[in-house]
Amino acid sequence: MNTFRPSWQAILCVLAIIGALFTLPAAGGEAAIADSDNLLVALALLFIGAAGSSIGLAAGVVALLLFITAHGAAWMLVTGIAGGEGTAGLSYFLMLTGAWLLAWRLVSVLSGLKLPHKALAFGMRLLVPAIFGVWILILWEAIVRGAGVPFILLPPPSAIAARMASSVPVLAADVSQTIFKAVLVGYVMGCTAGFVAAVLADRFLFLRRGLLPIGNMVSALPIIGIAPIMVMWFGFDWPSKAAVVVVMTFFPMLVNTVAGLAASGSMERDLMRTYASSYWQTLFKLRLPAAAPFIFNALKINSTLALIGAIVAEFFGTPIVGMGFRISTEVGRMNVDMVWAEIAVAALAGSVFYGVIALIERGVTFWHPSIRGG
Amino acid sequence: MLETKIAQPSNTRKAAETVVEASDLSLTFQTNDGPVHALSDVSLSIGKGEFVSFIGPSGCGKTTFLRVIADLEQPTSGAISVNGMTPSQARENRAYGYVFQAAALYPWRTIDRNVALPLEIMGIPRAEQKERVARTLELVNLTGFEKKFPWQLSGGMQQRASIARALAFDADLLLMDEPFGALDEIVRDHLNEQLLDLWARTNKTICFVTHSIPEAVYLSTKIVVMSPRPGRVTDVIESTLPAERPLDIRETPEFLAIAARVRDGLRAGHSYDD
Repeated sequence: MNTFRPSWQAILCVLAIIGALFTLPAAGGEAAIADSDNLLVALALLFIGAAGSSIGLAAGVVALLLFITAHGAAWMLVTGIAGGEGTAGLSYFLMLTGAWLLAWRLVSVLSGLKLPHKALAFGMRLLVPAIFGVWILILWEAIVRGAGVPFILLPPPSAIAARMASSVPVLAADVSQTIFKAVLVGYVMGCTAGFVAAVLADRFLFLRRGLLPIGNMVSALPIIGIAPIMVMWFGFDWPSKAAVVVVMTFFPMLVNTVAGLAASGSMERDLMRTYASSYWQTLFKLRLPAAAPFIFNALKINSTLALIGAIVAEFFGTPIVGMGFRISTEVGRMNVDMVWAEIAVAALAGSVFYGVIALIERGVTFWHPSIRGG
Repeated sequence: MLETKIAQPSNTRKAAETVVEASDLSLTFQTNDGPVHALSDVSLSIGKGEFVSFIGPSGCGKTTFLRVIADLEQPTSGAISVNGMTPSQARENRAYGYVFQAAALYPWRTIDRNVALPLEIMGIPRAEQKERVARTLELVNLTGFEKKFPWQLSGGMQQRASIARALAFDADLLLMDEPFGALDEIVRDHLNEQLLDLWARTNKTICFVTHSIPEAVYLSTKIVVMSPRPGRVTDVIESTLPAERPLDIRETPEFLAIAARVRDGLRAGHSYDD
């Protein structure tokens, strides 16, 4: 079935192509990019993509065509600008917009695909956000290089990636110091302490009356203030950072667990009473399972808090290794690509940390309406 | 206060042994709006093997009375004994199974593990747990659903599972607080039939709270009519229906006569209020 049905992205893309044609260097526009062959190839790819997606081909074919043309055009633009950073003219940015529009169309086509297999559908759930993420990087790279943004303000992602590739040992040492020592140890200790304190506060009234307000106050302590004190108490190495993480993660776990322990229904508790169940039996068989969604909330909140706490704490005295140390010194040395490399690693580590906990949560609280869906 | 009226036992099931004995039982809740007299001078005796229904409008104390038997509420005055003990001792001895208005199954446990919950708490060996769970699930016609989670079953099946849970540890007394109140008429009829069948097979004593006159008349050997403010017993009716009760017994004149008496008792309680 060949019907001409252009999407609005395709129409805008064609308008961008026409605009780019009129502003090409050859057509009297300002100097666009160093290599104008690349520009022409990009133009051709954009046109094929816009036209090909509009003539009623099967969705799968359209997706493949869009994938090739959008990314091909972007590649041509980014490689074409090499050597002529900051010289890009209007035609360059119009074509970049066109490529971005095709990618947008690609994502909406992919999102609408009906896939027969579970595995394929799962792959698509990963592919769509991946294309999103890649396009943030493509636009970042193309705009920073096309417009010639100073390196010190914002380095292009390619430079950051190159820096990461060339400093793997340094990054690995920093990750091991900050994440595997300070964050993990502090997180486990802080969460465990918060959990145990919550159970004790639940068991003993005087703790509930006395401890919760104190815990509340601890949560209000400014991390900037306690970090140097922890360094004085526990020394320059990772234990002082772990201590900061303990202080930061203790309270969210405490309040969430206390709230979770109160979450079981009165009927369910009466039921345990009719069985003459002991306090600990009721705790383990009813109240802790019912509190699990709250506890996992705290674990997720704490996973990001712990990372922030450990990195910031390293600003206040540390041996010459660690992610916070690296960020503070490399900023001073104007090595912003290294700073960005550490930020990227921290973001990646934080996401993995969070993701692992979210996965465990799905397994443990499978019964909760928010997870089983209904 | 009306005296509780003890009619001639018409049912051979009625045994001499008393399971629940309450005399001048009162319970007052202190609320922000002043005291609420949930129970006022209730005297009642329930014999072994009886099926007793408590019927009355909301606030007449029928659930409160059940909760006092179960030691979930403490009476303000009067005396009550369960199996010859205080309610608290009876609870510690696991003398009764309690079925709530909702199934109250734990969503993180499969049906068989929900039924096994009281057995786990009472420290019964694992092999015996398994055998008892299988037996009670069969009793409520849920064999084959052992590995389902509660939220995968219909409301009627969930309530049957909760009955199985109350039966699993073989207490002689079963306390049921409007167990079928949230279910539709058809499912309710079906479960009523099954409950009678189960009662006949296990010979337990059942205390059953309900809003429904036909349900009370259909199920019971004894109907306790209650009225609110203050919660008290206005009539005790010994049923003259035979032990064998097909669903269409509800059309017989005998059934309708008992239902009419229950309705009169309820109306008498209401007129007191106006």
